[in-house]
Amino acid sequence: MAKITLENLAHSYLPDPKSENDFALKELNHDWADGEAYALLGSSGCGKSTLLNIISGLLIPSQGRVLFDGTDVTMSPTADRNIAQVFQFPVVYDTMTVRQNLAFPLKNRGMDAAEIKRRVQRVGKMIDMEAELDHKARGLTADAKQKISLGRGMVREDVNALLFDEPLTVIDPHMKWELRTQLKQLHQDFGHTMIYVTHDQTEALTFADKVVVMYDGRVVQIGTPQDLFERPAHTFVGYFIGSPGMNLFDATIEGATARVGDTTVDLGGTYVASGKTQLGVRPEFIRLSAGGAGIPAQINRVEDVGRHKIVRLNVEGRETNAVIGEGVDIPAGTDRISFAPEGINVYANDWRVSAKGDAA
Amino acid sequence: MNKTVNQKAWFLVLPVLILVAFSAVIPLMTVVNYSVQDTFGNNQFFWAGLDWFDDMLHSDRMWNALGRQLMFSCIILAIEVPLGIYVALHMPKKGFWSSFCLVLMSLPLLIPWNVVGTIWQIFGRVDIGLLGYALDALGVDYNYTQDTMDAWITVIVMDVWHWTSLVALLAYAGLRSIPDAYYQAAKIDQASRWAVFRYIELPKMAGVLMIAILLRFMDSFMIYTEPFVLTGGGPGNATTFLSIDLVKMALGQFDLGPAAAFSLMYFLTIMAISWVFYTVMTTIDKRDGK
Repeated sequence: MAKITLENLAHSYLPDPKSENDFALKELNHDWADGEAYALLGSSGCGKSTLLNIISGLLIPSQGRVLFDGTDVTMSPTADRNIAQVFQFPVVYDTMTVRQNLAFPLKNRGMDAAEIKRRVQRVGKMIDMEAELDHKARGLTADAKQKISLGRGMVREDVNALLFDEPLTVIDPHMKWELRTQLKQLHQDFGHTMIYVTHDQTEALTFADKVVVMYDGRVVQIGTPQDLFERPAHTFVGYFIGSPGMNLFDATIEGATARVGDTTVDLGGTYVASGKTQLGVRPEFIRLSAGGAGIPAQINRVEDVGRHKIVRLNVEGRETNAVIGEGVDIPAGTDRISFAPEGINVYANDWRVSAKGDAA
Repeated sequence: MNKTVNQKAWFLVLPVLILVAFSAVIPLMTVVNYSVQDTFGNNQFFWAGLDWFDDMLHSDRMWNALGRQLMFSCIILAIEVPLGIYVALHMPKKGFWSSFCLVLMSLPLLIPWNVVGTIWQIFGRVDIGLLGYALDALGVDYNYTQDTMDAWITVIVMDVWHWTSLVALLAYAGLRSIPDAYYQAAKIDQASRWAVFRYIELPKMAGVLMIAILLRFMDSFMIYTEPFVLTGGGPGNATTFLSIDLVKMALGQFDLGPAAAFSLMYFLTIMAISWVFYTVMTTIDKRDGK
């Protein structure tokens, strides 16, 4: 177990990167605290796997350093880092049995047979494959194979960190939930530092203590699931987290108020912002009303998703979503929306701006 | 389920039947025809029954040729398969040099067989051939036209030169189909280089390697042109393989009956061996699939 520090880390797959756009992973400084579970969230191609492969040593970064508990391991081979990593697609050794597959990483490290047997048995139970331990790995289904890959990651108890690269993509939904629970349990039992790459926000939010959101090769926000929901640091976070994502309105900021179209909105704080300024409001903070103050809007349709209703509105030609709780009625003849003041975030050039005198 | 019965449907397979009849069945039947008859010329044939088959089965000449043939096939397989795998493992994986190597490796495969024979025939000559002359100058007593051992070595080296590429290219294709994640996982699992080969590369190559072995076996078992051009089957009968012997018998001595019986047995042997190969391959697939 170790604290992992990334110093000025950046990576480009080109031999001679010129502009910032040539970097798959843009400069980054971050500490991954010992024993914490992180989720690395972002759309495909945003540099998540690159970052993971740098930590595990499969890739040498173009610049910067990787430290494990203060020791520089940037150039160390994977074997010296003592890291377990599980990949997106199942990797099993076809000609071995399930048991041999699980024992393989331990055997390579010269562990004694009794200990290997104990751990393999434990992991076999964890991934619910005790009955199949002596089957050949080749004929198994994709989920079973992925469970074996996960098992090979979990069988080593003394690793510095456990890295997961979208490991549950090929697993069916029920098993997904169960395996995620197992991983959390494992985290509680052994306190490994865990980094879990995913593009599924539910997976990220349920698994991790802290979520790291990446966008276009850059880490845009690191925070608890609540931070990401309430105070998205970047419009991408607002859009990516939440279902549906945050609504954005082009606005002109004038101190404590903003103008959206012809309507003045009270911001509840003073802001200084220039460039492309926008208000970000989550659907949960949109209020509907008929007549009175507010921004003109028309309801396109209402989707009842069970626990709440999603109202799809047209606000000055832009699709806007509102979430209305169960049992709350949509006012008849709704033609205005307004924002709950605590739910308004101000963005300048896509980055969140804090109110004056507000540390957050 | 009720099947519609329509005997006219047979007409649909007729074109294929005719084609196969003319291309394979009829020529084969003429061989069968020769194999059960004897002739003293003048296009007069006499019924001979299975005598020729009996003769051939008791002929030292055929058994010796078969022995040489099997030895040749085994030797070239034992060299070409490991060597091909070794070459494939060490070929550049991408970029210009990878394409360059692929083209270079394909070259021997594109050379007509009799040209391969000619190349080596000249290459090995002590008076004008680079190889023969160089060996002679180094004091090695080398003469493939007179020494059995030298002739064998030359024929084998020639075949290795000609065909190792095929094994290497097939193995290379097998290797390229292994996703990077396997190698990465192996690194994470701290697998040794040998373990990576044994548990990742070899199993993934197994399919193409079986095909390579099958192709090389059949091809070497039927080899004719190259050794015929190189050594003409000599010195003596030292490099007279089955098909060389067959041609000598059929066209050189004009012993049509024995040659026909010989070629039928030859054909059946190859069929039987290929069938065994095929069965083994599919059973391995099935067993591993469980």
